[in-house]
Amino acid sequence: MKPLPLLFQSWKKSISFKKKKVQNVSKDIYVVVEQRDGDIQKVGIELIGAATGLAKELGQKVVGVLMGNGIAGKAEVLIQYGADSVLVADHPLLKEYMTEPYAKALTHIIKTYEPEIVLFGATAVGRDLAPRVSSRIKTGLTADCTGLDIDPETKLLQMTRPAFGGNIMATILCKNHRPQMATVRPGVMPALARDKSRTGDVTNVEIKLDEKDLTVEILDVVKSEKAICDITEAKYLISGGRGIGGPEGFELLRKLAEALGSGADISSSRANVDAGWIAKDRQVGQTGKTVRPNLYMACGISGAIQHLAGMEESECIIAINKNESAPVFGVADLGVVGDVNAIIPKLIDEIARVKETKMVQ
Amino acid sequence: MKIVVCIKQVPDTNEVKLDPKTNTLIREGVPSIINPDDKSAITEALMLRDRIGGSVIALTMGPPQADVALREALAMGCDEAVMLSGPEFAGSDTLATSTILAAGAKKIGYDIVLAGRQAIDGDTAQVGPQIAEHLGIPQITYVEDVKVDGDHLIVKRQFEDRYHIIRTSIPCLLTVLSEACAPKYMTVGGIVDAYNKEVKVFGYSDLKEFLDTSQIGLEGSPTNVWRSFTKEAKGAGTVLKEVTADEAVAAIISKLEEKHII
Repeated sequence: MKPLPLLFQSWKKSISFKKKKVQNVSKDIYVVVEQRDGDIQKVGIELIGAATGLAKELGQKVVGVLMGNGIAGKAEVLIQYGADSVLVADHPLLKEYMTEPYAKALTHIIKTYEPEIVLFGATAVGRDLAPRVSSRIKTGLTADCTGLDIDPETKLLQMTRPAFGGNIMATILCKNHRPQMATVRPGVMPALARDKSRTGDVTNVEIKLDEKDLTVEILDVVKSEKAICDITEAKYLISGGRGIGGPEGFELLRKLAEALGSGADISSSRANVDAGWIAKDRQVGQTGKTVRPNLYMACGISGAIQHLAGMEESECIIAINKNESAPVFGVADLGVVGDVNAIIPKLIDEIARVKETKMVQ
Repeated sequence: MKIVVCIKQVPDTNEVKLDPKTNTLIREGVPSIINPDDKSAITEALMLRDRIGGSVIALTMGPPQADVALREALAMGCDEAVMLSGPEFAGSDTLATSTILAAGAKKIGYDIVLAGRQAIDGDTAQVGPQIAEHLGIPQITYVEDVKVDGDHLIVKRQFEDRYHIIRTSIPCLLTVLSEACAPKYMTVGGIVDAYNKEVKVFGYSDLKEFLDTSQIGLEGSPTNVWRSFTKEAKGAGTVLKEVTADEAVAAIISKLEEKHII
């Protein structure tokens, strides 16, 4: 496999792209779907959804790649969410994520099947595995993408990502090396609806791994004690910025979230996380998480570009801020110039009242 | 024990602003800093050196201006500083950059390689693992804590919902989170020393035994930027000014009802 990129390199100067395309044997879009303790991670489902759109434009298939131990039963879930087929690498040494066994298994799959595109979730696992594999097979990798498109003419994958702290967007191409690889931010690609009637092939890939592949030793796996907070899963997010005044401001926002009911949670701008008012796992933005809830309520958040990058895809944005020139108003469906601490208590009461009236009806 | 710390000089992206008229980046006046995660990696390297002995070598690839970042690393307490610089290296993507930095590490010699988790200008987190692969050594990314256990390291590796306690032999490469340790400040003595010490500069000819020209620089980079642009602002909706709290609440309620949220 290794000579392939070099070959492409030398073609670059002398042969037009069309001729090269004929020689390109790579095909299909492979989505590396992460599982933890056997649970499929949501970003993998999102990526399968995104890949189906890309595959249609290429006239190719979507292949889910599932690595782990005792996980073969989960393969059909990937098909129900849009994968045409699934490759399963099931091995005791793949039970808990470790770089080398996973890199070896995935390298074997890529070299055997020669995919056109390989996608990963930009998670703590994906961002460890993808660069190791890209370096091993000497192909390009684009990190933390927020947009994926196929160029209608060249059929190249256009990988778009924020740079300079979200100040600009860059579209990256990987012209002459295969596969084209990208990690994609969780929460930016919409998943398809599950269709339990879908069927597809599930293939077990035999992976040869032994003790020598355990280059490090896991002494302990400690799951976080606190309830896992994943703000990317919330339907409604009530988010606080400096304007909420202090850590106690989040108690008010929490009450508002409770008034909205299940699926509502609280999140934060970076400033409040840096000030220690709230935990980092609730931070929205370039250095936090990207969210796209049905409702994002920005309370006392001015809306630095790094913050907007993490929430502007939300379905409905309501912003409350004292400063009428706050940039957050530029992305809000509804903006209110006013004091969070005056408006929110009244809003909580009013939501409760409206809900009660509706129940009576 | 040789501890090599890979660092990057970056523009302070918190200070980067867009020109509202032209919608382009204003680069003038934006300070250059050592990437924050890399500062933690330097600090972690110094703490390791204090426990196990040896020397800390700060390594960077960049234009001649990156000398300032290396001087700062020396002032923080690094023993040596090495800059990889040359026209052959310009335009490298992450893979080509990792190839060059790995060549630098081979030239210097290493037992432990440290890097920050990711740089704030690119946020890729890719170069560390890619270097580890070139060197053929284990990598542990997202490192929150490092302990020494005889001739091994015991490392706390963070994930979204858990952490792993990992034992690794040496040589190895670790990428360090900012949370791992508060960055060490420069000392006055350190600053004086920093300008008395030599920053070694290696160009392509110094590293060529470890490098293949087809894999470095713009030509040797598998990926390239096809275009860059500023995001189109989402169309703004209604902004209500000079309203009472009650009027504001009424407007919000009607929006929530319109969207079937309540």
